[in-house]
Order: sequence, then structure tokens, then C-alpha cells
Amino acid sequence: MIINERNIKIWSTIGQRATIGMAALELAKEIENLMVLTCDVSTSAGLDRFRKTFPDKYLDLGIAEQNMIGVAAGLASENYNVVTTTFAPFQTMRCCEQIKVNIGYMKKKICMVGIASGLVLGNLGYTHCCIEDIGVLRSIPGLKIISPADCLETVKALESGIKSKDPVYIRLTGSSNNPIIYKNDYDFKIGKSITLKEGKDVTIFCTGAIVSNCLKAAQLLENNKVSCKVVNMHTIKPIDVNAIKNSCNSKMIVSVEEHNVIGGLGSAISEYKSTLLNSPKQLFIGIQDSYSKGGSYEFLLNKHGLTPDQISEKILKNV
Amino acid sequence: MNVKNEDIAKIKSHSLKLRKNILEMAFSAGASSAHFGGALSIVEIVSTLFSHVMKINQQPQWDDRDRFILSKGHACLAYYAALCEAGYIPKEDLYTFEKNDSNLLGHPVINREIGIDFSNGSLGMGLSLGIGVSISLKKKKKNNNVYVILGDGECNEGSVWEAAMAAPHFKLNNLFAIIDKNNFQQTGSGEDIMNTNNMMSKWNSFGWETTELDGHNIQQLCEFFISKKDSPKPKALIAKTVKGKGFSFSENNNDWHHSILTKKLYDQALKELK
Repeated sequence: MIINERNIKIWSTIGQRATIGMAALELAKEIENLMVLTCDVSTSAGLDRFRKTFPDKYLDLGIAEQNMIGVAAGLASENYNVVTTTFAPFQTMRCCEQIKVNIGYMKKKICMVGIASGLVLGNLGYTHCCIEDIGVLRSIPGLKIISPADCLETVKALESGIKSKDPVYIRLTGSSNNPIIYKNDYDFKIGKSITLKEGKDVTIFCTGAIVSNCLKAAQLLENNKVSCKVVNMHTIKPIDVNAIKNSCNSKMIVSVEEHNVIGGLGSAISEYKSTLLNSPKQLFIGIQDSYSKGGSYEFLLNKHGLTPDQISEKILKNV
Repeated sequence: MNVKNEDIAKIKSHSLKLRKNILEMAFSAGASSAHFGGALSIVEIVSTLFSHVMKINQQPQWDDRDRFILSKGHACLAYYAALCEAGYIPKEDLYTFEKNDSNLLGHPVINREIGIDFSNGSLGMGLSLGIGVSISLKKKKKNNNVYVILGDGECNEGSVWEAAMAAPHFKLNNLFAIIDKNNFQQTGSGEDIMNTNNMMSKWNSFGWETTELDGHNIQQLCEFFISKKDSPKPKALIAKTVKGKGFSFSENNNDWHHSILTKKLYDQALKELK
């Protein structure tokens, strides 16, 4: 992949899910045994060019996600390097037991991409929003879970996911005009979080497109004399335990996610944190275990307290 | 099409060995019980495949082998019995069936060294795996077939029909789906629990070349597998079978879906083996 300012801008404009299609197109040029499978969402996943350029590396299974995972496992068994993609709820929960048996239990190396996860499809209702996928998949042994913060990280996550020897789930969030977190190339390693901003009072762990709002919130907190470290926890499983340990000298740890606070990033952090003798309290920011009324992405981020103002206010109140 | 008498005799003798192996495993499972009935209904099908139809050799991972998937994983007694006769599982290992830390649990666990390509047991997943393998073999231009055995009860699962729709769409003429139609499922007859009605017309309408025959008739099975090899469509075989086939106490007796083989019945079964 050519990583330069121009491409980073293009990817940001088209958003994570269109970027994944472009990235797959590039990777297909070098990976002979790559297969990309989808369930009648080629356009939504930015795969139209891929479908035309590499018809032999592309399979549309129709609207049948359970079959897609089985077919993917059959291909993986014969040494194909398989990527599956569809909307996040259908990529994860509709075929959850197929994921358990084929990818977890049998350890078939498949890279799954859940597009439009989180709240971005809020106008379509919660059939299409996805606030449960991390929680559901985290309980399946052997599966790695990544949620990229921006579109360059989406490219890097796909490349790492395809080249990983283990199965991976990539959770794509945010809309088009996805805020840029990384202006230049950087080292991305599954399981190794990235500190985006240093600070001594509070550590914010965040994941996915919401990272951008967390950086803005940290800036607002600086104005209120609260120094915030912001860590991009792009990998939720395996969780970066060293980063959590190193944050324990903060007065408070905050987890911010576009996901139910049960089962997601906050849970993963607290599971490890609770094993430490001395650790600060944790503030869980995310969807508070409810299905709200629907609406636009901005409307729902506001409803669930995920705007920069709301994040900083909550932290100020609790620190 | 004529099938040689010596071939039929060979397959018959192989079936006898499978039933003997099944008895040994079911008896050694003791109180943990075994899925006896659904394994016995597929013995002739498995024998015909493993001893006559499928291209296999001494190497369970041979790249040019035909592929076998037991989608109705609970019938694994028949599968393990066949893998033993193929030389992939030592005889003494059969006695570890369902024991602690065994490779041979009550549903197949992926283990390529002994010829098990996939874990199965959760029903409705095997045909999709078969499609993935069939597509792979075609891509690699390999002239191998994929044989998937499903249960008629298993066909209650919606995912079976997702796969049934896909195979003809992808023109997978190297794929065989064998439906073991023994007319029973776990807690009763198919008619009472969930009637799958006319399986011939269902598979036909999904675009499969569909054949119905006696799943214990070796001659018919051989003729089917050989004559249909060059047909352009994926092949579905509705194999009419008897659950618990081979022993007087278990035939068409659904108590033997999953049950304990006592010493008395084991001895009786050994006498009935022929």
C-alpha cells in the first residue's frame, strides 16, 4: 500500500468501509491465495472495483452469512487466505455459532470485517447499529479483535489481519469524512496500543472512530487543568496489559467506546485492572446497556454522551 | 450399470468391519452412551465411499484425496470405524472413544493426522464447508470430489438450505450431498417433530441432480456414485435408511439414538453380525 498524504486524505474522505475495499484491492495484487467473500454488500464495503478487477478472488454468497462463514472455512482449509465482510451485526451475531465452531474451535484462519459497526447507521435503527459485536466475539477463544481509529489504521489493520496467522475480526466504525488521527505512516502491531497524547492525571483508553472525540475532549480538559493521556486501544483482544499497568499511576482510568459498556473495551480493561493490587477507579463511557431511539450518527453520539464536550464533562465530574 | 460381484463383496465385508468397530466403541463408551442408531444407518454409505468410491491412500493428508465431511457429526462412530479401516486410526485408539483427553469424542474434532478435516457436531454446518472445499478444488483444477453426509433431521436447520441454494449457483459438480433419510431425529420421527416432507422435490427445486435409493443397497450406491460423477450439477442423494440398521434390538428403534450398549446386548449384537 502506498501511504502518503494524498491517499490518507482520500481514505479519510471515503470513510473506513470504502477504504477497506481499496485496501483489499491493493493487497490482492500481492497475495496470490487471497479470497474476499461478501453477502450482497459489495458496494457498501467498497468492493465494486475489487469484484471487477479480481473476479477469481471474489465470491458473493448472497444474503446468507452462516453459509459465508462455512464456505470461508472450507476455503481456509484448502489454504486460501480468506477475508469475509458484511455489515457488523450480520458478520458477527447472525453467524455467531459458525464463527465459534469454524474460526474459534477449528482455528480456521479467516479475517472478518464488520462494516458500519457502532452507531453510524442509526437512521436505520438498531437492527443495523452494532453495539454488541466486541462483547459477543471476545468470549470466543483465539480470535483477535481490532477496531481502527481512522482510515490509515483501517488499511494497516486489514494488512495485519490478512497476514496474521490467527483469525481476526476488524470492526469498522465512523462515517465518511472520518477524522484523521495518523497524518503519517507509523508502526502498527496487533495487540500493541498507541499513546496519542501524554498526560498525568487521567488516562483515556479509546477505540475506533471515537478516538478523535477523545483527543478533542482531552484538549478541553487541558483548558480545565486536567492533564489527560489518550491511548488508542486499536486491539481489544488481546488487550495491551502493559498499557493498562502503566496507566495505574493516573488518578482515574476512562474507557470510551461506541459499544455497550458491558462486554467491550471497558470490560476488557477492567478484567485485567481488577487483578492488580493498586489501581485507580474506572469511568465507563459508552452505550449504557440500552437500545435508544434511532437517529443520525451525530444525534446518537450526543444521546449516548460521546461528543467531546460530554466526554470531558463526565471526566471532570468524576476525577 | 454392472457393478462387479467382487466389489460388492468387498464393500459388504468392509461394512461388517465398520459395524464391528462401532460395537467395540459403543460398548467401551459404557455409561457415557453413544449415538448408535444414526451411525448404523450410514454404514453402507460410508463403506461404499471409503472402500470403493473415494480416492484415498495411506496418507490422510494426501493433497489429491477426495474429501469427506460428516456434517451429522453425531454419527462419528461410523466415521472413526472407517478411518480405522483406512489405517489412519490404530485399532486400540477406538477404545478411547469419549474417554478423557481422547482424540475421538462424541463428535468429530478436526485432526488432519487421522483424516478428520473438520470439527462437526453442531448441525447444519457441514455442507457450507463442503462448498468452500469444492470451490477450492475447482480453483486448483483438481479432479477430486467432495462427499458430505447430512441427516434428514439435520435438514431442519436453515443453514442447510443456505448451502443448498449456493452449490448449484456455483455449479459445483464435484460436490455430493448424501442425506441419510432414516426418518427419525433425536426425540421422535421426522413426521412428528418437523416434517421435511418431499426431500426429492426440495433438493431438485434448489437445482441439485437428485436421486433417491436404498441407502443400504451397495449395488445401488455404487451405481449412483459412479454413474453421476460426470453430471454437470451438484448431486444430492436421498438415501432411504433404517436407523440402528444391523441389529434386531436397534433397527427403527429411536431409543437407540443415543444409548448405552450393555454387555448382554453387545454379545447379542456380535452374534447377529453377518
